[in-house]
Amino acid sequence: MSFIEEIVSERLNRRQFVKVAGGATISLAAFLAGCGSSTGGSTNSNGSAAIEFLSVQQEGTGWPLVLSTITDQYAKTHPGTTFKVNFAGQTQLYQKIQLLAGQGALPILYNSPPADLMAQLVKNGEGLDIESTFQQLGVFEELQPVAATLLKKVFNGQLVALPFELNIEGFWYNKQIFTQNSLQPPDTWDALVQIAGTLHQKGIQPFSASGTQGWPITRLVGNYLFRKLGPGALESVKSGQAKLTDAPYVEAAQAVANLGKQGYFGKGVATIAYDPAVDVFLQGKAAMFYMGSWELRDFNNPARNKIGADNIGFFPFPNVTGGTGSSTQTPMNAGQPTSMNKQKYNATVGQWLAYMAKNYGDVALQKEGAVTGFVVHNPPANLDALTSLVENQIKQVSEPVLWFEAQFSTKATNISQQDAALLATGAMSPNDFMVAVQQAF
Amino acid sequence: METMLRDRRAALLLVGPALLIYSLIVLVPVVWSLVYTLFEGNVLSGFQFVGFQNYTLLVRDPSFWQAFAFTLKYAVVVTIGQVGIGLLLSLLYVFYLGKASGLIRTLIFFPLVLPTVAVAQLFSKIFEIAPQYGLVNSLLQGVHLDGAIQPWLGQGGTAFWVIVIMDIWRAMGFYAVLLFAGLVEIPGDIIEGARVDGATGWRLVRYIVLPLMTPILFSSLIFSVNGTLKVFDSVLALTGGGPGQTTTPLTLSMFNTAFSNGQYGYGSTIATALAIMCLLVTLLIFRSARRDVA
Repeated sequence: MSFIEEIVSERLNRRQFVKVAGGATISLAAFLAGCGSSTGGSTNSNGSAAIEFLSVQQEGTGWPLVLSTITDQYAKTHPGTTFKVNFAGQTQLYQKIQLLAGQGALPILYNSPPADLMAQLVKNGEGLDIESTFQQLGVFEELQPVAATLLKKVFNGQLVALPFELNIEGFWYNKQIFTQNSLQPPDTWDALVQIAGTLHQKGIQPFSASGTQGWPITRLVGNYLFRKLGPGALESVKSGQAKLTDAPYVEAAQAVANLGKQGYFGKGVATIAYDPAVDVFLQGKAAMFYMGSWELRDFNNPARNKIGADNIGFFPFPNVTGGTGSSTQTPMNAGQPTSMNKQKYNATVGQWLAYMAKNYGDVALQKEGAVTGFVVHNPPANLDALTSLVENQIKQVSEPVLWFEAQFSTKATNISQQDAALLATGAMSPNDFMVAVQQAF
Repeated sequence: METMLRDRRAALLLVGPALLIYSLIVLVPVVWSLVYTLFEGNVLSGFQFVGFQNYTLLVRDPSFWQAFAFTLKYAVVVTIGQVGIGLLLSLLYVFYLGKASGLIRTLIFFPLVLPTVAVAQLFSKIFEIAPQYGLVNSLLQGVHLDGAIQPWLGQGGTAFWVIVIMDIWRAMGFYAVLLFAGLVEIPGDIIEGARVDGATGWRLVRYIVLPLMTPILFSSLIFSVNGTLKVFDSVLALTGGGPGQTTTPLTLSMFNTAFSNGQYGYGSTIATALAIMCLLVTLLIFRSARRDVA
């Protein structure tokens, strides 16, 4: 008989069965257990800090670049300190955060999710209170006051994020196109619409905006509301005193939809992504570009900026006739803020954090030319024109205002940003747009 | 061999590990998801029991019905397109190209092998309007049809047709090969006999070839309907469900609800609705198949 037939001819008796089955089960269990993830703490084996950053920016650029430069300097006096980036694209960030938080594996530094998710993380003990921590470490004065005010507004009165960026938003315009057409930066919304009309007639695209991102369009709606109804316009909606479907709110959506109806955003507004929209402006194909000052990174990049950095001017979002807001109430944000995981925080990390807070402002300005929410101690002698402009604008801010979806739920934010393209192309009426967002609250 | 398979314990031992993994990976999450439909919440905020509220919300939710209509419309159009064009191609292979069809078959099959995201990038560039005209808009401009230049992917209606064209182009080669296999099975003497009797061209196909191909046609239809009802990556890669939610199928709607909006309970409810829909459609096709074939 062959080997197989021999084995098969004796039916497995009970004992042999139990042995084989038991062995198989145990090895399977061991295999599955080995697949479990280990939740590393934030210290290395030699006691130095191991900083991990869940970020939407790749290492070697932006905040990771600044942080790794600072960590390298810090490691000279605290050897063994490491800095690592865990990259997650913007569209997967919230999912990744939920996944890691659920496993208790959220890194010590992570880009903050929207306010409602962040509140959950704070409740679960995974969001560090920056204000009290910084006061404990004695570095609270390293934060610019307007940045702290701003972040507290976003996160329901708690300071639970670090302002690695401090941005103002407004209209950047192509000075050459304006002078060629004898145009002046507008003071009022009506003047802005008139300028757009003049440009459109001459065959020049008035505005560049990314419809696939959605927020460049909803920013205009939000700012119109702040100018018309004052800085508390959207807080009233959150508190339930007003509804987005009330007449003044729908009027704001209508004003922006009118721009789209006239074709002032260009034909491809619903298909154009973020980077192509920047390129349309920087290649001189559009006259005006509503954007935040984080884009200075590209405005100052001669390889990308074909119209020249000295050809770019700035005017703040104009007033709305008959409104109570004013244009010194500048829309500001701290970019994509970064929060810290309280569970992984300890004294070693605290030392690194204090060092970072004292140096972030300077290193960011040197390395990236970026304005941040951290105080700069040694401003460089010759700063480029655009960055100086931004710093001056920040000094003139009477009160920062947030953005349209700042205090909405995640679902309402998603609906608002997805439907913005439909609002701009006229496929969705302003009333329907506001109804959809209000319902998602 | 017979003694081995008759021995229950041996059979259990051999099937056991695979069955265990299958249960863990497929069955347990399905049941888990069904249980989620009775709750609401997410991993971070915890789950609250809400009974059948998710189902009542679902029935009254216009965006669910919009996604449902889109999924159905997409499945019907793409199935007809894929299987129909596949059928025509397979007839072409057998009756016109004969032995030389090998190379053509491979070339037409090739798009299926390409990653979906790569094909989506290709098509988004072909139908681009900003920052510069893509292939289609350039051609329209070239033949002075400037009025027809439009943002193909920026409007719900035209974006639907771009997705349809992309998916039919990708998969028609597959159905062509599948139906080709069914065609070559038909005994040559039946075709010869029919030819002798005077059946040619369309009549040959309609009265002889198609009836003999019915089993494989039905398999293709079921395969196609099942696949298209569950479309996800094509749509996500090309339009992301946009503009707005005009090209969002049920799968993408479920994905966004659960993972972007953090509503696992409601997302699971959409998933259940989709599963029931797939089941009903498959049963429907099986019923009509049995009537025809049996």
